[in-house]
Amino acid sequence: MEQTLEFTIDGLPVTAAPGETIMAAADAAGIYIPRLCAMKGLSPFGACRLCTVLVDGRSQSACTQPAAAGMVVENDTEQLQGFRKNLIDMLFVEGNHFCMACEKSGNCELQALAYRFGILAPKYQYQFPQREIDASHPDVLLDRNRCILCARCVRASQELDGKEIAGFVGRGGEKHLAASSGCGFVGTDVAADDAALAACPVGALLRKRVGFSTPIGQRKYDHQPIGCEKELRPEKSSTTSDVQKGVAS
Amino acid sequence: MSKARMATVSLAGCFGCHMSLLDIDERILQLVELVEFDRSPINDFKSFTGRCAVGLIEGGCCNEENVHVLRSFREHCDVLVSIGDCAIMGGLPAYRNFVPLKECMEEAYLNGPTVYNPSGELPKDREVPLLLNKVYPCHEVVKIDYYLPGCPPPADTLWAALTALLTDQPVELPYELIKYD
Ligand code: SF4
Ligand code: SF4
Ligand code: FES
Repeated sequence: MEQTLEFTIDGLPVTAAPGETIMAAADAAGIYIPRLCAMKGLSPFGACRLCTVLVDGRSQSACTQPAAAGMVVENDTEQLQGFRKNLIDMLFVEGNHFCMACEKSGNCELQALAYRFGILAPKYQYQFPQREIDASHPDVLLDRNRCILCARCVRASQELDGKEIAGFVGRGGEKHLAASSGCGFVGTDVAADDAALAACPVGALLRKRVGFSTPIGQRKYDHQPIGCEKELRPEKSSTTSDVQKGVAS
Repeated sequence: MSKARMATVSLAGCFGCHMSLLDIDERILQLVELVEFDRSPINDFKSFTGRCAVGLIEGGCCNEENVHVLRSFREHCDVLVSIGDCAIMGGLPAYRNFVPLKECMEEAYLNGPTVYNPSGELPKDREVPLLLNKVYPCHEVVKIDYYLPGCPPPADTLWAALTALLTDQPVELPYELIKYD
């Protein structure tokens, strides 16, 4: 019989197989830990920090940290949900997210998280950064205004498509996604039905000419918050009450 | 008891948020039971007649006049609400934030494919408000108390928030009333 580890998340008993991450164990137990860069079927990356939990009082990313016997994990606390909300706010102001004109609206994981957290306006100042788009490929568009540097496309291309279509260039605020060719995506072997495109959580890496095909009201997050499909035990805090004043002083 | 007064304005917006307000349909009869409109395009009052409980701001600030009007709303209203994505983050007008103002003007008045402007002059009449270097969200200009996102915010969102504000209840929006599109 395979050995199982026992630990707790917010006081609830959870079991994990050796080597399994806290996030995978939480999913199996019906507990949702918010996430953006983690995706089932891809290796963990630990970029967005949205899944940060406290493990025996120390912060760890749940998508990369293996579960261990007896650990005490805190997930749905006011402090952690506040940190997550701040991270979402930062992602909105550091890019250019014009949701009203975005093909991904309604199906976008970043927007859906903002809805779930009841964010009415980000608390930070909008940066309006200058970002280039790559429309070189006949079927694929990269709009860096919406890219959150989660590397899901990079990992999906390597691990699922067996390709190497893109990678990151630059550091800090200059870091951006670039096709692995000198002339943009047209110089790569990317194809419109690559898993890499489907993996993008936002409207950054897109298949051309299929936008806005789902009517409003029938999109993925129009009626149900992101993560609710995972939850047997919904989080306490999923409506707006304490965030009406979206912009802090 | 005298009715609460409410003012509304469209700054750098398209009046879509005001249309959404009219989309509350017959509930508008209940609304006029609750409020008296002060300065607003709905009654065409151009200036304030008194202190207002609530001010609704559609659109961000793209020119100096928008800033003056917004400041005057802040002075006259107890609670100021940014309604719609343009007021909250600049919205479509803020697409010009990525182009230097000079280039915007030249494209609009000199180089655009449909422009006929033999004198080659840019507008400089003192009656025309000066453009700001970029489009600013309202809360980066004055203090804003509440935010109702959407392009436009759904009529049900406006209704839920307004009735709560006007009856001194906390504004609690269910999941489906928060939309950014
Ligand atoms: S990627 Fe998501 S958050 Fe960004 S503009 Fe599109 S829908 Fe909005
Ligand atoms: S293009 Fe999409 S999947 Fe790739 S890094 Fe940017 S946001 Fe992530
Ligand atoms: S989901 Fe764990 S760091 Fe992004």
